[in-house]
Amino acid sequence: MVEFWWSYIWPLIVMVAQSLLLLVLLLITIAYILLADRKIWAAVQMRRGPNVVGPWGLLQSFADLLKFVLKEPTIPAGANKGVFLLAPLVTCTLALAAWAVIPVNAGWVIADINVGILYVFAISSLGVYGIIMAGWASNSKYPFLAALRSAAQMVSYEVSIGFVIITVLLCAGSLKLSAIVAAQNGAYGMFSWYWLPLLPMFVVFFVSALAETNRPPFDLVEAESELVAGFMVEYGSTPYMLFMLGEYVAIGTMCAMGTILFLGGWLPPFQVAPFTWVPGVIWFVLKAFFMFFLFAMAKAIVPRYRYDQLMRLGWKVFLPISLAMVVIVAAVLQFGGAVLK
Amino acid sequence: MDVLLMDYLPLVVFIGVALVLGLALLVAPFIVAYKQPDPEKLSAYECGFNPFDDARMKFDVRFYLVAILFIIFDLEVSFLFPWAIVFGEIGAYGFWSMMVFLAVLTIGFIYEWKKGALEWD
Repeated sequence: MVEFWWSYIWPLIVMVAQSLLLLVLLLITIAYILLADRKIWAAVQMRRGPNVVGPWGLLQSFADLLKFVLKEPTIPAGANKGVFLLAPLVTCTLALAAWAVIPVNAGWVIADINVGILYVFAISSLGVYGIIMAGWASNSKYPFLAALRSAAQMVSYEVSIGFVIITVLLCAGSLKLSAIVAAQNGAYGMFSWYWLPLLPMFVVFFVSALAETNRPPFDLVEAESELVAGFMVEYGSTPYMLFMLGEYVAIGTMCAMGTILFLGGWLPPFQVAPFTWVPGVIWFVLKAFFMFFLFAMAKAIVPRYRYDQLMRLGWKVFLPISLAMVVIVAAVLQFGGAVLK
Repeated sequence: MDVLLMDYLPLVVFIGVALVLGLALLVAPFIVAYKQPDPEKLSAYECGFNPFDDARMKFDVRFYLVAILFIIFDLEVSFLFPWAIVFGEIGAYGFWSMMVFLAVLTIGFIYEWKKGALEWD
């Protein structure tokens, strides 16, 4: 009995506690990222943004949570009720699930599995299902059209993200996220992180990540001038909130992935004294927030794309560029000797 | 517990905890919020009009085409994953084999581009 406790029950309790800790910290971070998004957007337009709830509006997201919980939930009469309610749950759970493999510091990860990046790639592909389910189950025209658009958009940019990941893997030689970070620990500090040697792919990754998470300038899914609010039209209350939560968690995942693949994860910019005193997790959060700042600035200053422009960019520009870069990187590694390593 | 289980069980536990959290948020308003449904509130939104036919209508075949193209290229990417991992060990033979494979796919890509499968206008 004692042996059973120590070898089965206790590890399980530790796992649940770790998962809860990460999820709570993640959701609090997301609450502030949401606020930061609104504040940055407001600052670009010379407004103040939310500033009433709490000092400088710091409690705004929590007030919003309370408001959503107290709103009346409506399920349209023509909707397929099961699928209608399952869709937000799927979106939110899948978005959160990706964080199980993301290392925020050396060894600080829920499950450091061997196929980490493949897992993140698979989970982010499954994100399309939530949207398709929502659009179809609502039995309403705007959500249906938006879900079609969204599915096409997300799968289009996933292809180029896949090629971007391949180029990083060629250099790092492992699918394990912590090993990819360790592979960037070179002699030149921040200049041996992959953003510099693979600069075109970093740009392609950033723009594809915007499109993949339906962020402006690619937010055609919720193009309010033509599709009202996209696939979320029929949703209210917390089902709607779960979509928003899922969207922002997915943005957080993309920022973390950008940090891990291109900005050296938890590594300090230079391996010398003042930089190495700062804990790795601080560097990770700073870099991920820098990525998010770029996301927020893109939202604030870039006008929205048209749908045909979006598809042209994905299939006719990014796909050939990233395919060519896979060949170039492989050729350089094969014939150029140890230039990159 | 064995190594494989210890590697992957935390993943399952994490997804389970995330699912419970999402479910709790989803169920909360159905318990605490005020509810007074009426037929107008529950009808599908169509800019104030009564919805005038089923929403599951015909849609443009190009969405379908994009899905098919996606499957081809995503499979291609999944072929590249193992190749990229062992790239350092397979040498020139491995490199050229994959280049032939990519060349064949590029010909297909050029064909569909010329056929206009990527046009949206």
